Amino acid sequence: MLYFTRWKMTATLLTALIVCLCAVPNFFSEATVSSWPKWAQRHLVLGLDLQGGSHILLEVDSGAVRKEKLEQTRDDVRRVLREARIGYTGLTVRGNAVEVRLREGTDQQQALTKLRELSQPLGGFLSTTGQRGLDITTEANGLVRLTVTEPAIQERIRQSVDQSIQIVERRVNELGTVEPLIQRQGADRILVQVPGLQDPTRLKELLGKTAKLDFRMVDQSMPVEQALQGRAPPESEVLYAPAKQGRQPYLIEKRVLVSGADLTDAQPGFDQRTSEPIVSFRFNMSGARKFAQATQENVGKPFAIILDNEVISAPVIREPILGGSGQISGSFTVEQANDLAILLRAGALPAPLTIIEERTVGPGLGQDSIEKGKLASYVGSLLVVIFMLATYGLFGLFANVAVAINVAMIFGVLSLLNATLTLPGIAGIVLTVGIAVDSNVLIYERIREEIRAGRTPINALDAGFARALATILDTNITTFIAAAVLFFIGTGPVRGFAVTFGIGIITTVFTAFTMTRLLVAGWVWWKRPQYIPI
Amino acid sequence: MTSWILIGLVALVAVWSVVVFFDVIPRLHIVPPDTKFDFIQFRRISFPVSALLTILAIALYFTHGLNFGIDFRGGTLIEVQSKSGPADLAKMRATLGTLNLTEFQLQQFGGPTDVLIRIAQQPGGEEGQQAAVQRVRAALGDSVEYRRVEVVGPRVSTELLSYGLIGIFVAIVGILIYLWFRFEWQFALGATIANAHDLVLTIGFMSVAQVDFDLTSIAALLTILGYSLNDTVVIYDRIRELLRRYKKMPMTELLNASINSTLSRSIVTHLTVTLALLALLLFGGQAIHSFTATMMFGVVLVGTYTSIFIASPLLIYLGVGENRERGRDGDKT
Repeated sequence: MLYFTRWKMTATLLTALIVCLCAVPNFFSEATVSSWPKWAQRHLVLGLDLQGGSHILLEVDSGAVRKEKLEQTRDDVRRVLREARIGYTGLTVRGNAVEVRLREGTDQQQALTKLRELSQPLGGFLSTTGQRGLDITTEANGLVRLTVTEPAIQERIRQSVDQSIQIVERRVNELGTVEPLIQRQGADRILVQVPGLQDPTRLKELLGKTAKLDFRMVDQSMPVEQALQGRAPPESEVLYAPAKQGRQPYLIEKRVLVSGADLTDAQPGFDQRTSEPIVSFRFNMSGARKFAQATQENVGKPFAIILDNEVISAPVIREPILGGSGQISGSFTVEQANDLAILLRAGALPAPLTIIEERTVGPGLGQDSIEKGKLASYVGSLLVVIFMLATYGLFGLFANVAVAINVAMIFGVLSLLNATLTLPGIAGIVLTVGIAVDSNVLIYERIREEIRAGRTPINALDAGFARALATILDTNITTFIAAAVLFFIGTGPVRGFAVTFGIGIITTVFTAFTMTRLLVAGWVWWKRPQYIPI
Repeated sequence: MTSWILIGLVALVAVWSVVVFFDVIPRLHIVPPDTKFDFIQFRRISFPVSALLTILAIALYFTHGLNFGIDFRGGTLIEVQSKSGPADLAKMRATLGTLNLTEFQLQQFGGPTDVLIRIAQQPGGEEGQQAAVQRVRAALGDSVEYRRVEVVGPRVSTELLSYGLIGIFVAIVGILIYLWFRFEWQFALGATIANAHDLVLTIGFMSVAQVDFDLTSIAALLTILGYSLNDTVVIYDRIRELLRRYKKMPMTELLNASINSTLSRSIVTHLTVTLALLALLLFGGQAIHSFTATMMFGVVLVGTYTSIFIASPLLIYLGVGENRERGRDGDKT
């Protein structure tokens, strides 16, 4: 066990050295490191609990996505049947299906062929699953049921989450913070982590709005009071102004003139006459054309600007607006105008997002935690180091050197993985120090036993290492199973603990099998000891 | 101040290193080399005591319950620091009392300026929680610094709890399977029983001490699990080795020999882990206090005891070593 071939020794030392060197970028400032080559820039990231910041978990409203998908299918059915001039009655959404009754005497086969065209294969052209978007069944009396399949809904949810992530990214980037992290989590969730954010209120406001902007006409066919009594025309609906404007009701046509998707830019500004905060916007080509046409046809009539189902203003069209740009005024504060501009530029979310978890740590607490974590790890390591020296003397020194290399390697691996260091993560490292010496203790106690059993020094060392290593492997694998489980179930700080603890176990096994042995072997080669001071 | 302590300690280590390097002082033998304590006999006390403690822990769980944190129960946790002198808890309580929150608690946290506000889950689903935070922020305004705000909605909290429980279960099963492969099934079963005992006692402790039971507690429990096994496996390894070597040695004697010969290691490792945990407990701050306190109990008070007094004697009852071949005793007696 104590004999090392030259290449093995070189490989061991080189591995340890390289892994330790990976930790180097952490000791330099961000600015210095960024001038280094890309491969040398990997460093560990402080968790939100240490540097402060906000962790927000959002959930896409899958119910809304489901509803929208069904309504869209219903509209598709109506369009297809109308285009083919097929008579029908009772087109409704029921459960997960769209039901339609074909008029008697229509060509059922032709209708079904047309409807089947709506059922697209899922997963694009390359799909091999053979799954389709709709299950079409017929029943007596010409009733056709088009069930939206679960995979189709799941795919739509997935697309909605993808789109939402892009939009959330754009919105968060407007806050101008450093390195925000936005990623999908599970099927319908989005994780947003913004380091260094002191008050997440504004972020939450930006994320909580769908920002669906529509330009529609005000329906003047009847007074709104009459519509409120339940007799609104089928093509119109009653919408209200925001609470701060007194929740005034309006009767608004359902038909959308131009939607927010046609905006190319939105900027906050001030009205030149009233110096009230406004948002000015510009349409793209098609939006501008549609808006020009609509305003030309409706001079003198009011239209409404609707944001998330609230009427934020309903001005009268004084003259056709042909330039493709305009402005929204809705008694905003400067900040609201600013936020609205951000939301309009970033685009509307395909479905509402709900905040289901929020964890914010202020920078003060983060700094305190760093200091406490540092102090605890220094004191802990020193106590262990002193204890090992007192117990095993020279061999305790070997153990301490091995543990020091071990800790340096933990930081190296963490940097290499760009892992996140959290406060429980620091606890994991301190605990690793306590447990890492265990491998040395196992070896040394075994050596003591072998000496007592009457072996010669070199024999005792050899047998001690050989027998202890099997045990070390066994004990560390069981602990590693616990760490691995923790990694998969834990989030945030707890996952940070699992990471350092797990990496600590791997480096511990490495140092026990190589570094400690190398140190002892080197000492034997140098001193040729007649007895072992252990 | 702390830096001076550190510098002092480093100097001490340096001096000590030089001293041991030249082999001036003798090394510490914490356990005398020829210890032959009859641990296995002790099972007549340790088994009833452990059974009693286990029942007590379960009873405590049902009477006191666990102090579920917001991770598992949902709700809001706000840590604030008063900007002007010590925090006035009574006044804060009165302020929050006007906000129409279903249930809330205030608690001094660490220093006199720091207050922890716990708000139970509010009606109104996910949005209800956010609205509650808004109200508190508006009411307390700028008089305090918000050091930490955690809001866990009803959906996430149910998921976290089930993940936590599944996690512990998966870990136990995973370890059971590993030990079954490496040893015989009796060892795996013995270790699992010992482990369950550790976890139950720790949960009893958490219930008495009313430690916040949250995600970090699950982390603590899993670490205790891993650590306690660590200890058990070391002794089991030795038992297996002796079983192969001494075919005729009576089981109690063999178990005693195994425990005694690994005793020194058990205690030395135990002490190093205790030292590391002590540092975390004293200097690691409030944020990981419940984590380290739980670990201190599980690792330091229970883990090692279980390996020696429960896990090892259990093997007798599980029938380890009964069917050893007779007549071919090892040559190294």
